[in-house]
Amino acid sequence: MSTTTTARSAPTAVSRRGDAVFAGLATGAGLLIMLALAGVAIFLIIEGVPAISASGEQAYGKDNIVLYVWPLLFGTLLAAVIALLIATPLAIGVALVISHYAPRRVARPLGYLIDLLAAVPSVVYGLWGRAVLAPAILPAYAWLADHLGWLPFFDGPARTGRTILTAAIVLAVMALPIITAICREVFLQTPRIHEEAALALGATRWEMIRMTVFPYARSGVISAVMLGLGRALGETMAVAMVLSASGIITIDLISAENPSTIAANIALNFGNASGTKINVLIFSGLVLFVVSFAVNFLGRWIAARGQVKA
Amino acid sequence: MATSIDISDLNIYYGDFLAVEGVDMTIRARSVTAFIGPSGCGKSTFLRSLNRMHEVIPGARVEGKVVVDGQSLYDPSIDPVAVRRQIGMVFQRPNPFPTMSIYDNVLAGNRLNAKRMKKSEADDIVERSLRGANLWTEVKDRLGKPGMGLSGGQQQRLCIARAIAVEPQVLLMDEPCSALDPISTAAIEDLIHELKSDYTIVIVTHNMQQAARVSDDTGFFNLKAAGQPGHLVEFNATSKVFSNPDDPSTEAYISGRFG
Repeated sequence: MSTTTTARSAPTAVSRRGDAVFAGLATGAGLLIMLALAGVAIFLIIEGVPAISASGEQAYGKDNIVLYVWPLLFGTLLAAVIALLIATPLAIGVALVISHYAPRRVARPLGYLIDLLAAVPSVVYGLWGRAVLAPAILPAYAWLADHLGWLPFFDGPARTGRTILTAAIVLAVMALPIITAICREVFLQTPRIHEEAALALGATRWEMIRMTVFPYARSGVISAVMLGLGRALGETMAVAMVLSASGIITIDLISAENPSTIAANIALNFGNASGTKINVLIFSGLVLFVVSFAVNFLGRWIAARGQVKA
Repeated sequence: MATSIDISDLNIYYGDFLAVEGVDMTIRARSVTAFIGPSGCGKSTFLRSLNRMHEVIPGARVEGKVVVDGQSLYDPSIDPVAVRRQIGMVFQRPNPFPTMSIYDNVLAGNRLNAKRMKKSEADDIVERSLRGANLWTEVKDRLGKPGMGLSGGQQQRLCIARAIAVEPQVLLMDEPCSALDPISTAAIEDLIHELKSDYTIVIVTHNMQQAARVSDDTGFFNLKAAGQPGHLVEFNATSKVFSNPDDPSTEAYISGRFG
């Protein structure tokens, strides 16, 4: 038994040393990621737990930790969801233009341009949102408050451009490249024979897209949106710079009183925090971690389920 | 419903590349016309030019005339989408829509016309088309199941049912049996025989026995030389092409000697 084992493994070990090295490196890299993730989770839990009993001054004047974190979570979700409501149709449209409508010499540069949006640092988006977009969009908010003020979203009064809606628009621009890139890839993978089947039946290009491209790409689009949502949830700098936050819960998108987001709130307050306040902020980070993790997991799960079906 | 097709001096280009040159022929109504020839000789390209499907490839264009029922297909006022609703097509690989049931696959073309159909009307079309494609008895108990669950031969007959559901004037078939086993192939060939009483059928095939079995007229396409455009060498009654062809290269091809 032992002789056969050595006889078989000895030449294998010699001839595959390169394999062994790379396998070791790859495994090590994979383990490192797991360790980093576990380390972050453990840090968040250990440092966040003391905040559960925080109240009053320690919890920034709130009675307990839930009352402190909930408005922040609400603001985070509100900004991210609005951002996706704006970005998703836009991204699908742009991806369709690139994959099915534009001639190739237009589609390529357009694709590069969209990818470039992802390369802009978020602090630049923050500057742009605060210095350019916010003042420029204020008249539009005033108009919305005047004419659509009966909707709770546009109650107003519109006194500043630095609202949750402006933050959401900036987030939408930031989430656009990732959603567009994934949608474009799945749209391009639609089997040609299905597209031709639709065209041969007398489908127009739009009908062909509805009959073949969308059904085929549905799970890919959903996972793209989920990844975009992950990006929008965690974005810190741009929101911190754009949003004029007061930490309230409201669905009025254009008033001067805006909910803050978890990430921006941590960035703005951590430098001055001490004692249990630090734990409170870290606990809010744990909440964001769990939500982002769940969103990404859900996105991957939907994508994987769709692949099995196709 | 069925109609003849007159083609005169048709050149087909992909960009600057001339793929098929100078085709003249008349395809008779309610008959089966087969195109044979070596790979790359342009017979599929020519077939696709008959319902403007080749235009799906960027840069593709034609010169010359294709006249169906007195109407030129390439008249500037003609919408290619309208052409494809009149001239159906079946492809080399069965391509039912994967997300649709058998029932919805058959009705896919009818629903494109955006008319609201009554349920009974839709049921009638599905049954008539599936019976027309010799598939009804095999699938009538599972119309709600996905079309992809059928065998390859059944999928191809489903595609034929889908094509005839919109009652086209002409049915184009691009090597419809090349991905099928011999039994499924026989089923499709029987079907072609039945369909020709109602439709004008044009079929491209690599299988010369198949061309001899199913067609009334046969066109032989060939390349003059590598890199040269494909052209129509001979177009005659199938019996003549396979027994006493006019052109020596036709005889060389059908007897297995190339050149």
